[in-house]
Amino acid sequence: MAKNQYKLVTCTINGREVEKMVDVRASLTDMLRNDFSLTSVKKGCEVGECGACNVLIDGECFNSCLYLAVWAEGKNITTLEGLTGPNGELSDIQQAFIDETAIQCGFCTPGFIMTAVEILNRGVEYSDDELRKLLSGHLCRCTGYENIFKAVKKTMLRRLGKLDDPYLNT
Amino acid sequence: MGEVGKKQVRVDGYDKATGRTKYYEDLMPRDALYARIKHSEIAHGYVKSVDTSAAEAIDGVVKVLTCFDVPDIPFPTAGHPWSMDPGHQDVADRLLLNRHVRYYGDDVAVVIAENEVAAMQGVRALKVEYEELPFVLDVQKAMEEGAPQLHEAYPGNILKHTDMRKGDYAAAITEEGLIKVEGWYDTPSVQHCHIENFGCFAYEENGRVTVVSSTQIPHIIRRVVGQALGRPWANIRIIKPYIGGGFGNKQDALYEPLCAWCSTQVGGRCVRVDCSREETFVSNRVRHAIRFHIVSWVRPDGTMAARKVECFSNQGSYASHGHSIVAKAMGSFAQIYPCDHMECDAWTVFTNRPTAGAMRGYGMPQASFANEANIDDIAKALNIDPLALREKIIMPKGFRDAFSQNENYEDSFRQCLEKGKAYIDYDRKVAEFAKDTGPIRRGIGVAAFWYNTGVYPISLETSSNRMLLNLDGTVTMQCGETEIGQGADTAYAQMTADVVGLKSYRDVNVVSCQDTDITPTGLGAYASRQTYMAGFSIRQTGELLKKKILEYACEVTRQTVGNMDIVDGNIVRKPDGRVLMSLSELAMTAQYNPVHSEHITAESTYTIRNNAYSFGCTFVEVEVDVPMCKVMLKDIVNVHDCGQLINPALAEAQVHGGMSMAIGYGMGEQLLFDEKTGKPLNNNLLDYKLSTIMDHPHLEAQFVENFEPTSPFGTKALGEPPACSGAPAIRNAILNATGVSIDQNPMNPHILFKRFAEEGLLAD
Repeated sequence: MAKNQYKLVTCTINGREVEKMVDVRASLTDMLRNDFSLTSVKKGCEVGECGACNVLIDGECFNSCLYLAVWAEGKNITTLEGLTGPNGELSDIQQAFIDETAIQCGFCTPGFIMTAVEILNRGVEYSDDELRKLLSGHLCRCTGYENIFKAVKKTMLRRLGKLDDPYLNT
Repeated sequence: MGEVGKKQVRVDGYDKATGRTKYYEDLMPRDALYARIKHSEIAHGYVKSVDTSAAEAIDGVVKVLTCFDVPDIPFPTAGHPWSMDPGHQDVADRLLLNRHVRYYGDDVAVVIAENEVAAMQGVRALKVEYEELPFVLDVQKAMEEGAPQLHEAYPGNILKHTDMRKGDYAAAITEEGLIKVEGWYDTPSVQHCHIENFGCFAYEENGRVTVVSSTQIPHIIRRVVGQALGRPWANIRIIKPYIGGGFGNKQDALYEPLCAWCSTQVGGRCVRVDCSREETFVSNRVRHAIRFHIVSWVRPDGTMAARKVECFSNQGSYASHGHSIVAKAMGSFAQIYPCDHMECDAWTVFTNRPTAGAMRGYGMPQASFANEANIDDIAKALNIDPLALREKIIMPKGFRDAFSQNENYEDSFRQCLEKGKAYIDYDRKVAEFAKDTGPIRRGIGVAAFWYNTGVYPISLETSSNRMLLNLDGTVTMQCGETEIGQGADTAYAQMTADVVGLKSYRDVNVVSCQDTDITPTGLGAYASRQTYMAGFSIRQTGELLKKKILEYACEVTRQTVGNMDIVDGNIVRKPDGRVLMSLSELAMTAQYNPVHSEHITAESTYTIRNNAYSFGCTFVEVEVDVPMCKVMLKDIVNVHDCGQLINPALAEAQVHGGMSMAIGYGMGEQLLFDEKTGKPLNNNLLDYKLSTIMDHPHLEAQFVENFEPTSPFGTKALGEPPACSGAPAIRNAILNATGVSIDQNPMNPHILFKRFAEEGLLAD
């Protein structure tokens, strides 16, 4: 076995500082799933096409399949597991995904929610076209994106105190 | 009564929104070995040898198995119910690995290793020597004399040919004044693209083989694995956890048999097979590319005098679901637009392409594309409004199909068309858009479809169900009809709550995971059968459970059974509505009664001998940029009559997903193959062009809720129908906008450029 194949990575995952010896060839997806059992991080293509593996790294959303585990050194990583409160409390966007029927098979859901978190945390009111563009890095075969769009838009407006769009309230 | 018909949130919503839901890979044992498959790099030929020495020398490689090692037991893969009639059984043309490779991507060998890297390195280190044969990718060419032959048992590459004759076509076309409208319509190979790729793992336990698989059809997979391994079916156990979508691809035995066999070749150790996205596109299943030739003889008023329909279905390399798909497609023509004199023929033809199997719509998106295109061509030839033509000739109320016994009880088609017409503002827009003359042309298109509910009478329809009264007064329910994302579990909970008399659908614990050792036998998720078929056994089993509960209650309350009911989770006395006891009290009393202890359960099987027509249509508004050869979808609406909605929110969501698939089918998706090598060219999500959120306008889903009298809940098919009529509606909208008929999908700029140039739209 090659020397220097493993490297110690120290980072923060869902608020907890951790360290782990990782294979230098491993992706962040592999590390999160295999070493930390964070199985919300889904594998749909492993080449950055589908977005199912998205996680937040220092507040910015990345395809974790295209991000080497060793690059996580010193980073603050949030997966979907990190959004849920200690007693299972849901964040607003998770609740919106449930309420708006934005979930079907659930496989693209974790990645979609993480991108939504990044978008929503900016506190900006985006137009429909802007919002669609921001969400376009994710593929979903079940929902036609209709209710995902609704969930994200409603949450955006709710956070901004502007939830009065008649179409969205139907 | 209360839960059926309500917009309730999914029973699995919380777990899916928190990432807790476990899919097959999340359940992987730590000691699983990785099996990776060596796929054929030629489109057709024989494997002469496989040199495994270099692969076996790689550190971590445990075993290499090749096409020379597999048992000589041909097996079928289609996810159809078993038939006791040998003539009705699926074609058994598969081996676990193949010496005779029939497509670029066929399975030649497998490397089993301790880690993924070693397994992949092992696959790359295999040296395969082939004897190459000529190959054929096109259906018509495969039917020519002298074409390369794929299967000895099927000369001429014809898997099957069936026909349908009605009236006297030859005589009917001699009627005076008829107008002939003829067309060839071509549909492509597309793939399901569920976001979770297929995968499974297998291990032996106490001499039996267990496979945990991302499948829609656990009980059928048990049978197929048993067949492939030459073991009794009961020797196999299949576990189906949550799955990341299926859409028909997982209504087939994919690599479960190979994975199970690999485990038996390494002493029963756990072996995993995980398909990459690239493998999923090519080495799983695709939708049949079907080419149609339609000759319609119509009278000037639009009525049909006679019709000839020829369907050529590209099966690819192995039989899988085979002829069933094009047979269904062909069968639709005589029903949606009834005609007294018809000649229909359908051929399913082997070619050296990936195997075609089930995919959402099962032949109907193809048939709908061709038929609805031809109807618009007729309208154009006769100068009749295409919507008015449909309203005139589409299946009338009272129409009855003698074979399926399906009946059109209401005037569903016209009701759906009326609703869609109102939403899209048809009359005003058609008149306004007709004035467009510039580079941007707008148009409205409409298309319709009908769909069966389940597979009766072609195959068995059965549903089994088990209900247990829990000590807290809730009910646990199990059945073999699987949750694959569509929301079946939630619909079952709502139906069960109403039948038993529980307060909330949350009082029903639907066991989502199917385990063939435990779950009552069912057939799984396909043919849009789930809610309709499970409804029969839920009604029957729920009533049985209720009867048992009330009989026990009779002992405790001293009231006669007929005077009691279960309402909101309580046993009540019917005459005065008095609450006698809660279900929890009853369950505890029954369970811990020292004299007569009883765990109250009910189980039953219902053989369904019904089918039901499901109806619908799509209206779209497009904006065509003629010089750019681009189509912009401005608005789209699907209207469905799928009977009474069990859960309107989930029903709408089903329709959205189907509409999205139809938009992809119409505008972007197709698998491409290199004509020189047969190699797939775009088997990844970047090049395949799956629709993103930017490719859709708002998706409008509407319903006509005509109660379906054959269903205990008034419901019928909705799973597949939304995928059927979108693509032809887009095609017809482009025709309406530009006057140009596009007779193949997807209608991408490449095709539009060719057609617009041919029609002189790009002259200057």
